[in-house]
Amino acid sequence: MTAEQTSLPREPGAPVPAIQVRGLHKHYGRHEVLQGIDFQVDAGQVVCVIGPSGSGKSTLLRCVNRLEEPTSGEILIEGIDICDRRTDLDDIRSRIGMVFQQFNLFPHLSVLKNLTLAQRNVRRRSKDEAVEIARQTLAKVGLSDKESAYPAHLSGGQQQRVAIARALSMNPDMMLFDEPTSALDPELVGDVLAVMKELAQEGMTMMVVTHEMGFAREVGDHLVFMDGGVVVEEGRPADVLSHPQHERTQSFLSKVL
Amino acid sequence: MTRRQRAALIQVVLYAVLVVGIVVLALVADWPTIRDNFWNPDGVSWADGNWQDLITIGLVNTVKYTAIAFGGGLALGLLLALMRLSPVAPYRWLATAYIEFFRGLPALVVMVFMATGLPIAFGWTPPGGLVGAGLIGLILVAGAYMAETLRAGIQAVPKGQTEAARSLGMRPGATTVRVVLPQAFRIVIPPLTNEFVLLIKDTALLFLLGAAADQRELTSVARDFLSSGPSTGTATSLIQAAILYLVITLPLTQLVAWLERRQRRAVR
Repeated sequence: MTAEQTSLPREPGAPVPAIQVRGLHKHYGRHEVLQGIDFQVDAGQVVCVIGPSGSGKSTLLRCVNRLEEPTSGEILIEGIDICDRRTDLDDIRSRIGMVFQQFNLFPHLSVLKNLTLAQRNVRRRSKDEAVEIARQTLAKVGLSDKESAYPAHLSGGQQQRVAIARALSMNPDMMLFDEPTSALDPELVGDVLAVMKELAQEGMTMMVVTHEMGFAREVGDHLVFMDGGVVVEEGRPADVLSHPQHERTQSFLSKVL
Repeated sequence: MTRRQRAALIQVVLYAVLVVGIVVLALVADWPTIRDNFWNPDGVSWADGNWQDLITIGLVNTVKYTAIAFGGGLALGLLLALMRLSPVAPYRWLATAYIEFFRGLPALVVMVFMATGLPIAFGWTPPGGLVGAGLIGLILVAGAYMAETLRAGIQAVPKGQTEAARSLGMRPGATTVRVVLPQAFRIVIPPLTNEFVLLIKDTALLFLLGAAADQRELTSVARDFLSSGPSTGTATSLIQAAILYLVITLPLTQLVAWLERRQRRAVR
């Protein structure tokens, strides 16, 4: 997993960030959800975004693959401006794995079909190749025995791991996680976090919006605290979590830790 | 008298009135005349009565015409539903205008127009003669109704499904065909089955346009037996047609009820 896949001209030696957000604003009507965000994830880095609900952290993540339309600002994926009309957004998206809070598995398809649909439809892989890759990623999330099950018959934790496997089957350059454990029963959270941790250790570039402070501290390389549509504080997870500088960060952490 | 005793008494009285009413009607009625007029032995005879034509011509054609109207209506309805949800505004306007127009008209008016108006105005006769013209009319109207059903089904598919497909890089068309529509169709199976039952009954309108002997649907065959055949001058053939309609519609309405119960139980 490298950042060398873009063909954009750049200074030799200067690595291109996997995700770079500059001056991002997002309004819903008169409500300003994001008020000028600068944000970056380098290749191979795990960046966790925390903050109270309504802080704009999920909106920021959804802007990164343009599920939300930014009002203004710049979003570069591996150096490519995804708001540029000439950019093939679908191609960019196929390189960004996304995991949703509500899993969003396709309920009418078996687990295996969930994993092969986009491989076949977007990557144009042969059926055999798609199935083989699907089985590899299913094994990775520990669900090899569930390939013919339907999503409705799986627990929330299993569904979320299938969702991760579905994203991984596309061999993405990076992964976005939108509160991946928030909809899970507490006893199922661990399995999903374990899969994410393993991914991080393999060097996957990850942006994780989460309430799991333990995960952020242990696995994250960088921590961003957002509140009221701005980045209030960021830094090494241990520093931010143990010695928050800003009063809003302190107040938030005192409530969740 | 306690309240419970009074309730029991009222029930007894209600049953008594019912029984007395039925007995009186049964005694007063002229059974031989009723039988001759509504269940004429010559008409209901298996060997040489009305059944053969009613079934091999009427029922078979009714099912065939219903299938054609349903298939055509479904294709048209899907097109209109997708137009109504299109990001291109003129498509939405066109589809909305079409749906409002054809849902507001009696099916018969559209059918007669296709059979008579079109040939006069454009010198063009729809294929299949009068039956074909009538079926095109039915398709035009059924498409408008099915469009609304399908649109509701498409909109009932959670937005997260589209987001998941798009986030994997799937294009809008593939997302619709592979992810949204399969789920939408599952949601609309009960209302679409209802639409099918309505169409079975609407094919009876073809009788008013007229058809060659072997193209007649069930109502036309029954109507012709009113004035010719073994039970001429009696309503026997209409009773027989009614029975044949119920033979197909009742299982279908039961099926809809069962599907709806199952869907209500199904948890997402």
